[in-house]
Amino acid sequence: MVQQKIREKAKELLANKEVDLVIGFGEGSLPLRATPLFVRTPEEADRLIWNSFCDNNLATYIHKLSRFKLGIVAKGCDVRSIMALALEKRFQPDRIVLIGVPCQRMVDRRKVKKAVKGEILRAREEGDQLIVEGNDFSVSLKKNDFLYASCKACTHRNPIKANAVVGDQVDETPLTDPYAEAKEFEKMSAEERWNYFERESSRCIRCYACREACPMCYCAECFVDSSGPKWLEKGLAPSDLEFYHIVRAYHQTGRCTGCGACERACPMNIRLTYMTQKLNQEVKDLFDFEAGTDPETLPPMATYKVEDKQEFIK
Amino acid sequence: MESVKTNNWEPKILAFLCNWCSYAGADLAGTSRIQYPPNIRVIRVPCSGRVNPLFVVKALQAGVDGVLVSGCHPGDCHYLTGNYVGRRKSATLKQFLEYLGVEEGRVQFSWVSAAEGVKFSQVVEEVTNSIRKLGPAKRLVKRSNEFGVQGSASKVT
Repeated sequence: MVQQKIREKAKELLANKEVDLVIGFGEGSLPLRATPLFVRTPEEADRLIWNSFCDNNLATYIHKLSRFKLGIVAKGCDVRSIMALALEKRFQPDRIVLIGVPCQRMVDRRKVKKAVKGEILRAREEGDQLIVEGNDFSVSLKKNDFLYASCKACTHRNPIKANAVVGDQVDETPLTDPYAEAKEFEKMSAEERWNYFERESSRCIRCYACREACPMCYCAECFVDSSGPKWLEKGLAPSDLEFYHIVRAYHQTGRCTGCGACERACPMNIRLTYMTQKLNQEVKDLFDFEAGTDPETLPPMATYKVEDKQEFIK
Repeated sequence: MESVKTNNWEPKILAFLCNWCSYAGADLAGTSRIQYPPNIRVIRVPCSGRVNPLFVVKALQAGVDGVLVSGCHPGDCHYLTGNYVGRRKSATLKQFLEYLGVEEGRVQFSWVSAAEGVKFSQVVEEVTNSIRKLGPAKRLVKRSNEFGVQGSASKVT
């Protein structure tokens, strides 16, 4: 079982003092949730779990725990983020030990909650079924109907690079088009698109959870915090929210690995991945680049080609 | 905004011109006494690669009706490769803004060399006309009565 192998590997790393701590997932305090877990001793490693709710991108802790040697339990998307960070020279290569886990795709707890009436008190997985129970009900749901859109579109579920891989390799054929969300959004007229974007961003409370959850958002001073120049006012003026969302997404150009951590972190359920997915699509079309898949090629915004397209320039 | 009510609205266009080519091109247009629409407000930047896409979005938020980014022709950059890098930013930003529903043509790009005073005037003419057709910018613009405004310098005059 994958969970057991993760624990064994973590114990081994900690016992041999190869790492200071292992970051993985532990049981969340609520059903349908897992929480990042920081394991410092081999004994603690028995609290590590692996299920379909391990949806955080743990690569984000690389900056936050920059003084430690880390073992990271990494899914396909986490590994891509870590590779993209390595390309941007964000850490010493020997500081990170990757325990790669081929990902079974993660379940969107919000979709599950919507499908069930009443409060969910327990949830467990049985094969491809998800069994959720409350005080007066017990429902069996098909996991594949409740996956994150970003997981359905995922094309790199197997870790591209890892010091050790636990679990069997999976078939990487995506369940939807890799750019399904962006293509769906583009079907609308410009006015509808803007109204949609305005409506989504108007719910923002500027908690910056999307920024914190994203492994690629590591600027020492974020543009929203800068006071000179002050790019963004305090407060929730719609225009400021739109400005924030445009620039936050745009800063991911050529860097986003499409893990969906931003959207999963949002407490207001604002859709975010349709924006970054479009940028990924642009970067793929224009510069034939996919973030975190190639350890050698420079990120597209850090380089150029003389023959880049320029029909749009007068 | 007030000028819209009185029906003689004129677009306000912010132009980021690179110091070495487009700004000098604008200068040449001026010294050659070439007429072009007075709708542009120029910000001189060291290089078109210096134009952070954030500036463009911020300008739209501050209420300009259009943005023009202009630099040296490919191969002519004073810093050798700045405009190539800028070109990638421009390409992705333009597509992204249009994807979100900002009208096509609000943000435009051009190459103007220091010898192209005539081209500069034509570019400004074209840009001004196309933005005039689009009408006043409404999307992304921060209005002074919006909640949260604390009298910043975000109003364009």
